[in-house]
Amino acid sequence: MKPFDYRTATDMGTAVAEVSGRPDARFVAGGTNLVDHLKLGVAEPDLLVDITAVTSAAVEDRDGGLWIGAGVRNSDLAADRRVRERYPVLAQALLSGASGQLRNMATTGGNPLQRTRCVYFQDVTTPCNKRVPGSGCSAIGGYTRYHAILGASEHCVATHPSDMAVALSALDAKVHVLTPEGERSFPFVDLHRLPGEKPDQDTRLQHGDLITAIELPPSPFAQQSRYRKVRDRASYAFALVSVAAALDVADGIVRDVRIALGGVAHTPWRAYKAEQVLRGQPAEVASYRLAADAEMADARALDGIDGGNGFKIPLVTRTLVATLRDLT
Amino acid sequence: MPEITVRANGHARRVAVDTRSTLLDVLREQLGDTSPKKGCDHGQCGACTVLLSGRRVLSCLTLAVSCDDAEVTTAAGVSHAVQQAFVDHDAFQCGYCTPGQICSAVGMLDEFADGWPSHVTPDLTAAPELTDDEMAERMSGNLCRCGAYANIVPALRQAAGGPG
Repeated sequence: MKPFDYRTATDMGTAVAEVSGRPDARFVAGGTNLVDHLKLGVAEPDLLVDITAVTSAAVEDRDGGLWIGAGVRNSDLAADRRVRERYPVLAQALLSGASGQLRNMATTGGNPLQRTRCVYFQDVTTPCNKRVPGSGCSAIGGYTRYHAILGASEHCVATHPSDMAVALSALDAKVHVLTPEGERSFPFVDLHRLPGEKPDQDTRLQHGDLITAIELPPSPFAQQSRYRKVRDRASYAFALVSVAAALDVADGIVRDVRIALGGVAHTPWRAYKAEQVLRGQPAEVASYRLAADAEMADARALDGIDGGNGFKIPLVTRTLVATLRDLT
Repeated sequence: MPEITVRANGHARRVAVDTRSTLLDVLREQLGDTSPKKGCDHGQCGACTVLLSGRRVLSCLTLAVSCDDAEVTTAAGVSHAVQQAFVDHDAFQCGYCTPGQICSAVGMLDEFADGWPSHVTPDLTAAPELTDDEMAERMSGNLCRCGAYANIVPALRQAAGGPG
């Protein structure tokens, strides 16, 4: 591991100035992904700025919704009574991720910025365009079980590993960011980017931008929401496929719906096509199948030494139908 | 090297640490407490679990330099019904994962007492019940290669005050 300096941030503005002014500086909070990357040689910062003391660890009621400080631990957020009652999809997503110990460490700001668990990305002896741009992609034609079926490029087929981010995508959350130029906010669904030709860039944040809070808007039907995760073992594993959904049904007709998918793309995948197909349709399994088919029309399976990941396409369809059926 | 104060098991010690050192390595190599174990060193096995400010965390993914003045409790400093329960139920074979299991169990029982739900809690808005499924889910971050899970669950049941 390369040596690095470590500083405890005294305020957020100074932390942003310190990191943005030094190309190899990084923020650290829970550290659950970053410390592992230091050991693996995936990350080689020369300075870590610890923002634990300066980011908010509070969940506040604001404008009918919730304002979640970047420092709120995943475990505290999942246990928050307001989240459990008003945004169950978020509590379920958080509780399906990692382990009790890791949820006690991981933060609201850090969780969406965790990096792919693609085995080739984490193995510095193999080519990876995300880790070393231009070196090639070892996953294409390699081990593909945990890789993308939507929005991938010839340069990268990695998936985003966060469960929480899938729920936030479905809930129309907003991200609040402090940049060297000041504060800004934007929809959570715009935080992550597809790999395209620059898979080394997971998000649209600039170096030194700091997530300060996640805002959940009030939602009349988020209470009717659910997260369903399919994985290789019952606990403590990343998603092969996951679905976050919220459903608003009146008189047997889908009035409104939010759907996001995990384990299928470089981003948490908001299923706009499925949502569009569902609005105004009868709240029944036949409609849910049509919606899933519409979303999966663009899906592309990868060939791989493990037999490829074509199994994910029917798995998404079935998981999506099952999740919506449970909500009906 | 930066100097920090580690408050481990009630004893404050001033120690110079490399910024790269994990809490696990400082506890074991510099403070002589070998109860937290290095299993995978990547946050996948739970053998290094300690209580940091009373909450269970992985010491292998915690930078020691970030723990200045923090209260650390390792299995060597735990005094809890869960230990006797592990003995009573033979809840281990080789014992390597046990200190992590003990710290994790203490943290888990506190989380349960605070009403925290888990992935298998059927109703997120109701108070959870500590069923065997709940204990297995809540302890899933602690692997036991000997497979002593069948005895760990009854031990936890006893420690929680239920029938052993």
